[in-house]
Amino acid sequence: MLDKYETHEHDVVIIGAGGAGLRAAIECSARGLKTALICKSLLGKAHTVMAEGGIAAALANVESADSWQTHFQDTMFGGKYLNNWRMAELHAKESPDRVRELERWGAVFDRTPEGKILQRAFGGHTYKRLAHVGDRTGLELIRTLQDKGIHQGIDVYMECTISRLLKDGDRMTGAFGYWRENGRFVVFKAKAVILATGGVGKCFKITSNSWEGTADGHALGFEAGAELVDMEFVQFHPTGMVWPPGVMGLLVTEAVRGEGGILRNSKGERFMEKYDPKRMELSTRDVVARSIYTEVKEGRGSPHGGCFLDISHRGAEYVKRKLPSMYHQFKELADVDITKEPMEVGPTCHYIMGGIKVDADTGATRVPGLFAAGECTGGMHGSNRLGGNSLSDLLVFGRRAGIGAGDYAAGAPAANIAEAEVEAAAAEMTGYFGRPNPESPYKLHIDLQNMMQSMVGIFREEGDLTAAIAKLQEFKQRYEHVAVEEGQRMYNPGWHLCRDLKNMLICSEAIARAALMRKESRGGHSRLDFPKYDSYWGEHNIIISKDGPAMKVEPRETVKVAELAPLVEARKAKESSK
Amino acid sequence: MSKRTFVVWRGNKDGGNFVEYPVEVEEGMVVLDAIHQIQRTSAPDLACRWNCKAAKCGSCSAEVNGKPRLMCKTRLDDLPGEEAITVKPLKSFPIIRDLVTDVSWNYTVNKKIPPFTPKKGADFIMQQSDVDRVQEFRKCIECFLCQNVCHVVREHNQKSHFFGPRFFIRVASLEMHPMDALNRIPQIKKEGGLGRCNITKCCTEVCPEEIHITDNGIIPLKERVVDQFFDPVQIVIRKITGADKPQPTE
Amino acid sequence: MSEISSAVDDKGLGATGRRDAWWVGPLLVVLGLSAFGVYSTWAAWTGNNYLLTAGGADYLSPFYSPDLKSLLGISVPFSYAFLILWVPLGFRASCYYYRKSYYRAFFLDPAACAVGEPKGRRYKGETAFPFILQNFHRYFFYLATIVLLFLWYDAGRAFFFADKLGQLHFGVGVGSIVMLLNVIALSGFSLGCNSLRHLTGGKLDCFSCSAAARTRYKLWGGVTFFNLRHMEWAWISLFSVGLTDLYIRLCCMGVLHDIRIF
Repeated sequence: MLDKYETHEHDVVIIGAGGAGLRAAIECSARGLKTALICKSLLGKAHTVMAEGGIAAALANVESADSWQTHFQDTMFGGKYLNNWRMAELHAKESPDRVRELERWGAVFDRTPEGKILQRAFGGHTYKRLAHVGDRTGLELIRTLQDKGIHQGIDVYMECTISRLLKDGDRMTGAFGYWRENGRFVVFKAKAVILATGGVGKCFKITSNSWEGTADGHALGFEAGAELVDMEFVQFHPTGMVWPPGVMGLLVTEAVRGEGGILRNSKGERFMEKYDPKRMELSTRDVVARSIYTEVKEGRGSPHGGCFLDISHRGAEYVKRKLPSMYHQFKELADVDITKEPMEVGPTCHYIMGGIKVDADTGATRVPGLFAAGECTGGMHGSNRLGGNSLSDLLVFGRRAGIGAGDYAAGAPAANIAEAEVEAAAAEMTGYFGRPNPESPYKLHIDLQNMMQSMVGIFREEGDLTAAIAKLQEFKQRYEHVAVEEGQRMYNPGWHLCRDLKNMLICSEAIARAALMRKESRGGHSRLDFPKYDSYWGEHNIIISKDGPAMKVEPRETVKVAELAPLVEARKAKESSK
Repeated sequence: MSKRTFVVWRGNKDGGNFVEYPVEVEEGMVVLDAIHQIQRTSAPDLACRWNCKAAKCGSCSAEVNGKPRLMCKTRLDDLPGEEAITVKPLKSFPIIRDLVTDVSWNYTVNKKIPPFTPKKGADFIMQQSDVDRVQEFRKCIECFLCQNVCHVVREHNQKSHFFGPRFFIRVASLEMHPMDALNRIPQIKKEGGLGRCNITKCCTEVCPEEIHITDNGIIPLKERVVDQFFDPVQIVIRKITGADKPQPTE
Repeated sequence: MSEISSAVDDKGLGATGRRDAWWVGPLLVVLGLSAFGVYSTWAAWTGNNYLLTAGGADYLSPFYSPDLKSLLGISVPFSYAFLILWVPLGFRASCYYYRKSYYRAFFLDPAACAVGEPKGRRYKGETAFPFILQNFHRYFFYLATIVLLFLWYDAGRAFFFADKLGQLHFGVGVGSIVMLLNVIALSGFSLGCNSLRHLTGGKLDCFSCSAAARTRYKLWGGVTFFNLRHMEWAWISLFSVGLTDLYIRLCCMGVLHDIRIF
């Protein structure tokens, strides 16, 4: 029998309250739409707070030569030209306005001597481009949007997990979920739904992501019929903490290198000279991550299996002022004083470039009424994301998805929700209680993470990937048995993990299948058996969609924008002449 | 590998008790690691909030051996001896379950504070020296440890007419913003109950971001209240110079 | 695992889960302030032994400065020190640091962080009489600054000694140094005053918007420097003022002899 559940009716429902979700919600509510913002944690705790380095925007405050064209070129080059051209264009053109708008909403960035917004250097960016607040830019962004949003009449539903999107025929009509606090069910009726759920890091063992990065949007969108794109491209951030064990994977901001940090191996060699002598430590993230990984593999790693990152030559005062949270992070968690001694760092799963395929201008998926923005979408970053391009992505496309969904909702009829669909969604959730031969969700999760880390990690090859896909079929069988003890539905993390596993399994399979298909190495995808670029794959994205119970995987030609071709060609010519 | 005993409060709003759990201790381990281990091994339904595990989100606040702390920042080697380690939920907020409390009061308070409102024609040319103070307050990660430890909330439960330290510094961050046009001092005096703060500084003691809540936030606000409500000379000066009048906004 | 207790709520005076010696801090404050209170009241009460003139010196106890009796010829039926002492007393009693320390140590409001308070009190903080008067701290600062100027005069005067003809000559005695150190300590305390910090620059929203604002920003920075150690200055100056009186008193009583260094 179905429990009683509450129903809330809105014009637009936004799932996820990180930077993209909040920005979308502000846009929707500003248009007078009844807007719901749903988040798994408390408001303001989203993973966006972990973003440290800054927001990339061609404000040209520090280096006047900067322009949207250069930012576009940097983004395309960083993504190895697999980006959605239109998205990269909109992003480069609009991010300066989004940053200035943030300032008008109360964000307080670090200043230049002229009193303007200060910008810092970052990997892959030609000019000093990242607007920042010390090394806590993400917190500034989220707090600003949060304080703006709560005064605009957005209905915020905190600690609520969405487990299913509801449809009427093809059209999106709402979402089903549960309150983490008491385990009761809730239905949100809506004319349009925006997914802004963030990342998938929890599929991997070593990750900088919090528990929330369980691929919810990727899986919900996939299940609802949306396409996924570029799923093989997973960004391993070069510098995560490797010790102590409890914080393994925790992010060490790229700003350390932006401020002059130097990478060394156990022999004291500045090894980036070998891998990218021009850009050195500020090469793109994929290159630096692979370089560190290679150094460790070849026996030149630090005691805890990473390499050394040293910023102590910048002086204690400077380090504490520009990198305060890094200073505290190492002091408190690892007992290391980074103003005096080097940090030990190694690659950590940080970001997924792939995600739901959306229309660049509106954030619309191919499902009517379903929109998406932020990390759960794909295309913007191509095969590799530049540092600082994520926060600007959230703002630019969060706003655009808000406009897109708002326009759609304004012209859409009222939502209709079938009772049977709600019942099925509820049955799925209650099904985890008291199954026979129970499988521990924690155990299955650890097995999945270990498998993904070792077989679908930084370096991949055919044998591993085929085995990984077979392993995933086995995990899916085991998933059918994951269960928690009968009873407690109040704030029960074991129960929640059961459902999250489903999302992670779908996402992991998409990553593995796309990785198997792409027979080349590019950006965040490195094949030991195909170490070079391939011209065919340089023009094709891999699209994944639901095909009955199966997963359809197909290449599709990258869509270009004719007017932008000269910019891209110019950059390609410049890079090849080097 | 050594073992330590954890004593964790389990229960809900109707009551509960402390339950003992053995924990395998690893080098560099923090209290939150121990809680996760307990979840994995003996109590999968142990409720606790956490997100970033890096002292950046402020979710995993609890009282460890009686002191309000972030669990992700509390290393076991900093907790003395062989004694069992006690972990309790925050005392000042209603219990939901185990280590999870209902912190919604804080969100209600935040909503009462008028948002940043730029002056008419604000050009946003600001020097670093102008924004240093504001940036200190904006480091706040909303762990609510200060709200929890403040005795006006903790002992006297005056939530209905007191904003608490977190929102005093929120107001301070707006009041000291060079481009903000509003005057929130009357509000913080009356509705916010700033006078109920007796500057005993426990908020500053527990702040994981090391914000000088009392010296840089609350005391300057108290002095601004004095300017507008107590000091006859300043009141007259404000009248004459027109500082009393509302500033035009955009 | 086993269940061991059922109490989550600590209520009542001293109730806490803390395991450290949280009571040491407030106890030291009680002892320190009480000792000073008893001594200073007695020293002010006596009405004598506050001015050392032996050997041509002119050491005036800070409890008795300015010397209203000889300066203005004021004569009251009690020690005139009481006409002065309410100023520094009010300054310190309304000081933000002292408020913290005595609210904790004497009013147990709270005695220490996360430690229970006595039950059944209606707490109003500083919104009602008498504590609402703390809002006039800056006026006590103004008055205390006047007293401080006299103390600087006294300290300067302590470096001049009269010969048999009444001529003043520069000289240095132990007392001169004691009085100088005392007035430096008192100044360090005054310069870190939170009200002063507000009045110099703290009340500005923009530090760079005018030449005057930029100057005030520098002053504010200076006050902030002292303010960061306001607690230390508070204790040092409290003891220095008591010890200065004690030194002069003991010299007057003949217990000690002031030594001329120069």
